Amino acid sequence: MSKIKEAFNNGKAFIPFVTCGDPDLETTGRIVREMVKNGADLVELGIPFSDPTAEGPVIQGANIRALSGGVTTDRIFSFVEELRRDVSVPLVFMTYANVVFSYGAERFISTCKSIGIDGLILPDLPFEEKGEFLPLCREYGVDLISLIAPTSADRIAMIAREADGFIYIVSSLGVTGVRSEITTDIPSLVALVRENTDVPCAVGFGISTPEQAAKMAQCSDGVIVGSAIVRKIAELGREAAPAVGEYVREMKNAIR
Amino acid sequence: MNTSKGRFGVHGGQYIPETLMNAVIELERAYEHYKNDPDFIRELDELMKNYAGRPSLLYYAEKLTKALGGAKIYLKREDLNHTGSHKINNVLGQALLAKKMGKTRLIAETGAGQHGVATATAAALLGMECVVFMGEEDTKRQALNVYRMKLLGSKVVPVTSGTATLKDAVSEAMREWTSRIEDTHYCLGSVMGPHPFPTIVRDFQSVISKEAREQILEYEGRLPDAVIACVGGGSNAMGSFYNFIGDEGVRLIGCEAAGRGIDTFETAATVNTGRLGIFHGMKSYFCQDEYGQIAPVYSISAGLDYPGIGPEHAYLHDIGRAEYVPVTDDEAVEAFEFLSRTEGIIPAIESAHAVAYAMKLAPIMSSDQIIIITISGRGDKDCAAIARYRGEEIYE
Repeated sequence: MSKIKEAFNNGKAFIPFVTCGDPDLETTGRIVREMVKNGADLVELGIPFSDPTAEGPVIQGANIRALSGGVTTDRIFSFVEELRRDVSVPLVFMTYANVVFSYGAERFISTCKSIGIDGLILPDLPFEEKGEFLPLCREYGVDLISLIAPTSADRIAMIAREADGFIYIVSSLGVTGVRSEITTDIPSLVALVRENTDVPCAVGFGISTPEQAAKMAQCSDGVIVGSAIVRKIAELGREAAPAVGEYVREMKNAIR
Repeated sequence: MNTSKGRFGVHGGQYIPETLMNAVIELERAYEHYKNDPDFIRELDELMKNYAGRPSLLYYAEKLTKALGGAKIYLKREDLNHTGSHKINNVLGQALLAKKMGKTRLIAETGAGQHGVATATAAALLGMECVVFMGEEDTKRQALNVYRMKLLGSKVVPVTSGTATLKDAVSEAMREWTSRIEDTHYCLGSVMGPHPFPTIVRDFQSVISKEAREQILEYEGRLPDAVIACVGGGSNAMGSFYNFIGDEGVRLIGCEAAGRGIDTFETAATVNTGRLGIFHGMKSYFCQDEYGQIAPVYSISAGLDYPGIGPEHAYLHDIGRAEYVPVTDDEAVEAFEFLSRTEGIIPAIESAHAVAYAMKLAPIMSSDQIIIITISGRGDKDCAAIARYRGEEIYE
């Protein structure tokens, strides 16, 4: 059984995101530990990419800060290895297809397994292209996470039937970033997924407040928050860990 | 190996967010339908003929031929099209298709501004809303084209992310499309991006080689020995090559922007300096570092200043059917000036890259051989920048 399922054993899952190396890996380490201490059930670790086409300005900024700070895929692998000494919640990488491809897919995915990464989220790898990495992910036991969007419609059944780990439900059109309102009919999307799989569903994109989180958690198995956290890191830099921890506690409490 | 749709050998595919998948599927279905629809074909032919001014001339450049003292040189004059470049060929096709699909709004990326101007023009003609994304750096280099787009009723959004050039304009247009799909068509300007764009754009641009092939057979009774075109994403080159691919004796030569040289970091020569990767919806060759971070490329030409190349070009390179050669800023500027003086034709700085390579190749070929150079656009837009390059300050 995939370790990711454990993240959904403590009530609704709270899944925070952080870009590794923003502003440096030491800070990322402190932030992840604070997240876990305060109730994060799974942590999404971003490997920065120069041209993150699915991200809004906030996470784009984090990618630029991390890369200009000199972070690389190899340094992130060492960082995760070190993190795994005391962090036991499931961890997934979120990055772009070229980061995996250019490293050598087998080298990347086998390293994920050996350092304790449980899954991989690649926003530019739709169902049609997952053959690029899926055989290797299955061979090494790293879950390749599927995304479902408000526009997926007739594609939902096909995607859900083959999903591993959890399903990332994209709450809204557009790129990542805080939104004042989420208008997509999430309950219907989740219902369609449920008809085809029992893999848990977590909702992400645009969620920042405890109220939004509670509402999204009601109709799904968990909530993913990225930009709202990255914004705090942009503001507070190396001192961001306590504030992020506090925020994670507040959000986890809202969805319990 | 991946066997998804839209493959050219290992290249191509559809590496895009799930949010856009149904949009590209809808586009593919519409294109497959309308490309064989007699009414669509008639309307597009009519626009090509009476609005864009096709067929474009295949002009025998006698003075250039004599000056270089080798192969006989013909120029395929895409610079004479309405809006001043080959971009209109693709844009009229896509805009008409979008209209048939019920879309009311076009978005586009642009580098030099030629594709942006063409899209703004088609939007004005067909009564559609238009938003063009352009790297902030390029809005400065090509201020006149920004004004033209606004004059045509389009909104121009300067893109400040990344290197603020063409690749960032593409990223921003893709982001915009994910946020508004229902009424919006992304009018992609080159033979790149996710399937079906590389195929659609190639088909609409292939009119260049369809005409050139007929014209050269009429004038010379034989096929050319070489066809030369500049390559950024590669739309005018793909259009110039396409109908000659089956003609084995015809060399197909794509000229990449080498910037300050392929041994420097200030280059945009993708095939010569890049490696296989996945970006902007496609698998192809990209300029990138060892970790797959896309390189901040450079060229004097805003239209060739792109870190990737269309997947069909990558395939033609792999199978050895086409050659991709680097041309530096210096060589392109010299060719820009040389063609202006010898033929009274000011080429776009992009097209000048093709002229520059022909200037090396023609003298070592014999006088009974033939070269066709595609002049993809006219150079009025570049005059101020070239003047600056030569240390002269002029006011536009």
